[in-house]
Amino acid sequence: MKFGNRVRFWVGAAVAMLAAGTVQAQTAIPVPGPTVTAIKARGALACGVDTGIPGFAFQDSKGAWHGFDVAYCRALAAAVLGDPEKVRYVPTTTPARFTVLQAGEIEVLIRDSTMTLTRSVQLHLDEVATNFYAGQGFLVSTKLGVSKITELNGATICTLTGATLELNIADFARTNGTKIGTLLFEKSDEAVAAMESGRCDGYTDDTGSLAAVRSTLKVPADWVVLEGVISKEPLGLHIRSGDVTWRNIVFWVDAALKTAEEAGVTKSNAEDMAKNSKDPLVKRLLGAEGGFGAMLGLNNDWTLQAIKAAGNYGEIYDEFFGPKALDLARGQNKLWSQGGLHYALPFR
Amino acid sequence: MSTPASLPAGNGRGLARPPPPARRPSFKAVAWQVLAMLAVAGLIAWAARNAGDALARRNIDVDFAFLLTRAGFDIPFTLTTWASSDSYGYALWVAGLNTVLAAALAILLATLLGLVLALMRLSANPLAAWTARATVELLRNTPQLLQVVFWYFAVLQVLPGPRASLALGGAVFLNVRGLFFPAPLSPWFGYALGAGVLLALGLSRLLPRLPLTLTAGAPLLGATALAGALTGWDLPAMRGFNFAGGWRLPPELLALVLGIGIYTAAFVSENIRASIGAVGWGQREAARSLGLSPGRSMRLVVLPQALRTLLPPLTNHYLNIIKSTTLGAAIAYPEILQIFARTVLNQSGRAIETMTLVLGVFLAVNLLVSAAMNRWDRRLAFQGR
Repeated sequence: MKFGNRVRFWVGAAVAMLAAGTVQAQTAIPVPGPTVTAIKARGALACGVDTGIPGFAFQDSKGAWHGFDVAYCRALAAAVLGDPEKVRYVPTTTPARFTVLQAGEIEVLIRDSTMTLTRSVQLHLDEVATNFYAGQGFLVSTKLGVSKITELNGATICTLTGATLELNIADFARTNGTKIGTLLFEKSDEAVAAMESGRCDGYTDDTGSLAAVRSTLKVPADWVVLEGVISKEPLGLHIRSGDVTWRNIVFWVDAALKTAEEAGVTKSNAEDMAKNSKDPLVKRLLGAEGGFGAMLGLNNDWTLQAIKAAGNYGEIYDEFFGPKALDLARGQNKLWSQGGLHYALPFR
Repeated sequence: MSTPASLPAGNGRGLARPPPPARRPSFKAVAWQVLAMLAVAGLIAWAARNAGDALARRNIDVDFAFLLTRAGFDIPFTLTTWASSDSYGYALWVAGLNTVLAAALAILLATLLGLVLALMRLSANPLAAWTARATVELLRNTPQLLQVVFWYFAVLQVLPGPRASLALGGAVFLNVRGLFFPAPLSPWFGYALGAGVLLALGLSRLLPRLPLTLTAGAPLLGATALAGALTGWDLPAMRGFNFAGGWRLPPELLALVLGIGIYTAAFVSENIRASIGAVGWGQREAARSLGLSPGRSMRLVVLPQALRTLLPPLTNHYLNIIKSTTLGAAIAYPEILQIFARTVLNQSGRAIETMTLVLGVFLAVNLLVSAAMNRWDRRLAFQGR
């Protein structure tokens, strides 16, 4: 009893001293937001991803996660915790994904999710950055003899429920005076099987997913992805509104991956460039100068860790959508300097 | 059956003794009851407040005004009119009707097929009995969702493509997109048909001595002929990629009804078999000694009495069927879960509200069915005594 009390006293004193130390330190660097504190206390980033879709997020035979969105989770974990493996992946279904985020079970949702006004305003979410510019396209049978989306009048299209897909079709049909029927499935497996058996004339989804689906068909040559898209689908990183520090970290990790591609920093040369590069942009990006990490309440090597974990934006894209993977042309997902839309704010 | 003598002494005594006369409950007993009720009420209030606080902390507000907003999506199969400019609230009604339609058809199929399977199982013909037994074991020991998806793809595989439809007289078409048949152009069709049904019901009640084919059949036939003559017909025809015009039954509905109906029939047949077994053997012997054929004795003597023991478990199966229609969401049947708890939830982001509404609809429908079945059950029980 007595011994226990003494232990408790010393532990209490140690905690108090530590707390005092942090308070002193906090005058020098900004307070980490509640989200960062929660991540550090848990020792892992809770990252909401898709339940399984080629390209964006999928598990291998050993249960390890891979994919474009997964690479972003790894980069964030590396920036905050210094270790890309410290991620708790939470697979989320289409209808449940935002509720899971609102309820606080995950810190960030990176799940090929379109950023829209209602999701931002009504669900109180921050749409921090776009990591993939997609558009809704159509995969149809070559037997239809259709080459443009506007020629689909009267067709029936299989698609998924709980996404912006069906609404886009309705808007498109209303604008163009055409009628396109939709059949809504819970999972893409069933939707694709129904399409293959002739129940629908085609399948619609984001361009990234269409390439994935076509690669899994029995006879891919019988199916063609129609030219053009009917919607803007900026897929992005979602967090809960309210934690400005966390918002800044997520925003600037995304910017760092894109800036790394601009500056020619890759997964393999990042360590070397951090030490030896003379380029002031690279020095600031990799934390050798500027002290940006400390401003965000992180270590100054945060970007270096993130790039070493995931690679730069172009490397991530090529790994999962490049010619050796799903072979989807980069199009709008090129950097602004190459005619694409990714334009990272300056590291300055 | 064991004789009363073989029962344990305590059990036998408890059964034999008449119930004690009603006494005024003591103050202590009442006080405990009230306390227990207060505790339960307090627990519920605490849970509700806790939920409210948690929602408020996470900036989730509860508001049903979104039901009046324009829906903007298309529903591929509806019983009433639907345009994408209608509201979310109206979508709840339209999707609810689809759920009720699928449930009603599945209940019909499960009951009829269950009866057939039960009679086969009870028949003296070993081939029929063993076929029924194997069917029941196969059906009730595999997952229901799997069966629904199996029927869907089985149906889709069997049916031809739209351009190679099976046609019946140039008016009815069957293909992978559904069963197409002519639709009447004017509403008078429905009115005439309704009048015919009413007339048939009235005549068969008023003139019970005349054969049913005359009293009910004649007005129905006449009304159908009149209705057909009154209106023009909207014939389905191949236009573009699909058939347009007429009425259409989609394969999703067929697969869902088959999947749920056949699955439940396996359970229903076992209940019917047990209920028939519960009717005393002497009843059947009495019926035979009156000269009734086996079929008539089953229909007129055994089944009406079996119904009394059958109704409570049958109610359970019916309620399960209604809930199982949500499996339609897996095969693109536009029922309430798919339309409301998926599309509307996703578009409006109102998770709590949509799920509450869907739960409320199922609760209401199930309570209604349950109340109707219980009423029927009571009527049967009174007549029997």
